Amino acid sequence: MSSHYEAPIREPLVTGNKSYHDVTVDVAAPVEGKANKSWWLVFSIALVAFLWGLGCIIYTVSTGIGSWGLNKTIGWAWDITNFVWWVGIGHAGTLISAVLLLFRQKWRMAVNRSAEAMTIFAVVQAGLFPIIHMGRPWLAYWVLPIPNQFGSLWVNFNSPLLWDVFAISTYLSVSLVFWWTGLLPDFAMIRDRATKPFQKKIYGILSFGWSGRAKDWQRFEEVSLVLAGLATPLVLSVHTIVSFDFATSLVPGWHSTIFPPYFVAGAIFSGFAMVQTLLITMRKVINLENYITILHIEYMNKVIVLTGGIVSVAYITEYFIGWYSGISYENYTYLSFGAATGPYAWAFWALITCNFIVPLTLWIKKLRRNIVWTFFVALVINIGMWFERFDIIVICLSKGRTPSSWAMFSPTFIDIGTFVGTIGFFFVLFLLYARTFPVIAQAEVKTILKSSGDKYKKLREEHVSDDHIGEVEEFPASGGPAANTEAHEGEDDLNSEDKNNKNN
Amino acid sequence: MYKQSGKVKLISIILIVLGALGIGYGFITAPSTIDEAKEILAAEHGGHGEDHSATANEDHHTAEINSAGHVKHVEKSEAHGEEVHSESHEDEHLEHVLHQLQTKPWSATFVAGFFFLMIALGVLVFYAIQFVAQVGWSPVLFRVMEGITAYILPGSIIVVLIVLFAGEHFYPWQNHELVAGDKILQGKSGYLNFPFFVIRAIVYLLIWNTYRFFAVKNSRDQDDSVAIKPYRKNFKFSVIFLLFFMITESTMAWDWFMSMTPHWYSTLFAWYIFATMIVSALTVIAITTIILKKLGHLPFVNNSHLHDVAKFMFGFSIFWTYLWFSQFMLIWYANIPEEVTYFTLRMEEYNLLFFGMVVINFVFPILILMNSDFKRIPWFVVIAGCFILVGHYIDVYLLVMPSTVGSHWSFGITEFAAILFFLGLFLLVVGFGLGKAPLKIKNNPFLKESENYHY
Repeated sequence: MSSHYEAPIREPLVTGNKSYHDVTVDVAAPVEGKANKSWWLVFSIALVAFLWGLGCIIYTVSTGIGSWGLNKTIGWAWDITNFVWWVGIGHAGTLISAVLLLFRQKWRMAVNRSAEAMTIFAVVQAGLFPIIHMGRPWLAYWVLPIPNQFGSLWVNFNSPLLWDVFAISTYLSVSLVFWWTGLLPDFAMIRDRATKPFQKKIYGILSFGWSGRAKDWQRFEEVSLVLAGLATPLVLSVHTIVSFDFATSLVPGWHSTIFPPYFVAGAIFSGFAMVQTLLITMRKVINLENYITILHIEYMNKVIVLTGGIVSVAYITEYFIGWYSGISYENYTYLSFGAATGPYAWAFWALITCNFIVPLTLWIKKLRRNIVWTFFVALVINIGMWFERFDIIVICLSKGRTPSSWAMFSPTFIDIGTFVGTIGFFFVLFLLYARTFPVIAQAEVKTILKSSGDKYKKLREEHVSDDHIGEVEEFPASGGPAANTEAHEGEDDLNSEDKNNKNN
Repeated sequence: MYKQSGKVKLISIILIVLGALGIGYGFITAPSTIDEAKEILAAEHGGHGEDHSATANEDHHTAEINSAGHVKHVEKSEAHGEEVHSESHEDEHLEHVLHQLQTKPWSATFVAGFFFLMIALGVLVFYAIQFVAQVGWSPVLFRVMEGITAYILPGSIIVVLIVLFAGEHFYPWQNHELVAGDKILQGKSGYLNFPFFVIRAIVYLLIWNTYRFFAVKNSRDQDDSVAIKPYRKNFKFSVIFLLFFMITESTMAWDWFMSMTPHWYSTLFAWYIFATMIVSALTVIAITTIILKKLGHLPFVNNSHLHDVAKFMFGFSIFWTYLWFSQFMLIWYANIPEEVTYFTLRMEEYNLLFFGMVVINFVFPILILMNSDFKRIPWFVVIAGCFILVGHYIDVYLLVMPSTVGSHWSFGITEFAAILFFLGLFLLVVGFGLGKAPLKIKNNPFLKESENYHY
């Protein structure tokens, strides 16, 4: 794919003098070891939350939607807020594995596995809400265009809610396939290391008989690239379709053409915040600091700054066009003067503070590279992006065109319990994953070890002249040999510049 | 060092002269009285028969809802009711047509002028992104990009002048009489007023040109410096520029395009124009690179570099379509009267262009540039590029023409001459810009990665 030569100015992506074997051992360690007390403690808490949520869901379905805080004016509130929030969180995973693959970002390799897992678990949570917010969820299969005995009564393909069904289910299946394909070499690695027959059997099944031949690898790479090419438009279209739920309507504040790209940017923004939250914890707990380095965290923070900037421009646009339209109904939308001063002012300002003001601190390099601060900002963004969806949905609905139907919304404990339950479910899945799956794509990390590992970077530095690198690094034939054998004009300048870089 | 050949210079100058004459012709032949407008109308409808002119009148009526200077017209006719189809109505209609016909040469010049400006501007944005993203493959193309952005200075000055002097031809909100009778426009006057409009235009001009000046200066400084200080400076400048560009691009789109139909609004509009900008810019980078390589000036550029640029052309063509569709579908779906006029006019009066553009800008690139082998073949990329450029010229045309001249559009001498004029200017300035420094940069920390880049 790309040459093995790497500009000396690039910081190493793998630290701690790692060799190929070290990578294997470090990645396999959590899978091969036993869970400690704190894992069981956290897992139990998550499980209790999940069971509590399950109880709330069962209660809702058997009693009726009236057990939620919805009213005749505000027919969507926490249910769809949580749905959009979870779908949004899922987007970072696909972004990291697909979009960053297309852009050949090597740093994605240490984070993509967990990001994709996060995607899948988040989409599972999201997928619950379209079902449970139905009045009659047992008829949910009617949304599918299946030939039937009602004179083949079909669905109306004009509704974005139906597009949601297709979007989310396609998204989940493609993400799952993409994730699993990437897992094959890593499962095979665990299979080959397993000492217990049961473990060997399980990972033997999971790895589909992967033997790592040249032909397999070649096809593996091609499939990954094609899937990345497909997943990129998919990830954009999924959240676009979710945004259509609102933007196709006539509700002031919802009907806005910027929603498709703005929702996608917001999804990446919140998704990366969630990845930060999870990975900052994970790298500490299972000793992956040498793979998920401070540089990775900084890069993700930069993505957060960028997408946060895009979202901010969209906020300004919404606010401006709301005013510019000259339509009085736009005065009460989620980003309007009326919202900033009305009964939901607290939600408006929570949105502005969490999504605009606090992330601005990430422009400062010191804070961007500060793990504790990053963790805090990521949490704040997750809260802020929940408020963004809440504001869009509830504030816009609360003051519609007819003042006689203006209303306020307050959640019941069942609304809250369901949301808490999905968070519990998410962590149950994620914690199980962290103990049974290779959380870093070791096969991929090994491909960058020699170009981006600090051990090899040091070796290169010691042998500044290009001729020596060939001996040290054992370049494969495909690795852009021109980089190292041919002499280039201005070579001496470059070498002296390398030293300069170190000094800078 | 690249030096523009005398032949190309001569051709550019001929293009400029021919273009200037054509534009002048457009302005001279524009009707100055209602009678002249009548004649032109008669000539337009001649041969179509009476039947057609009746329907045309009807068409104009829908068309006018959106077009410049018309707001007054519609409100009056609403007030009078349909029964007053008398002479006064006819007069007003003719006055309106006259206005549109007088606007035609202005619009033709603006479309071509902005088209070439947006190419240079898009290249500047792409250039800034290369620094910010620490891209390893593209540094060998930096001088090509710098050369193209040389056009920003003359291009932006001309466009700003057109925008400022077009006045009521483009911007009905500059008509005080009209604003006085229109409550909605009065509400917008805090933003849509002439002094603020001028200030904004000058701010855009300053921001874009300042960045271009310092970016190029640092890039040249880097050639003579072994330390990478100029590179680091450029990194910082690029970040700041992109931040300001995100904001100025939005307001620019609202100012120069959206306010042509001051009652209409769309939140996505500015980003949509950005998509057009960036895809055209990438295409021009690709074509310029291919030409220079063919002439032997870029021996260090290989087909992997071309492959990458072509991938971006492919990707951003799809991105453009995504935004085009999102804006169109959402407005079509909701069908709110005050919003939908924008597309009704375009679909009724510009049907073939409107949908043809989508085919050229989406279907064509997606079919041609999907195959990765094709993306490495220069002539293939050039052909795809020509289609993309034509498609995006139509896109700009459709942004401006329906809003300013309504149904009285055509593609004649003036439109063609305007393209020639700006093409000549573009060739001349870009050729000059490319010749200012060696086409290979030196001492950029990623240069070596870029030289040895293979995909």
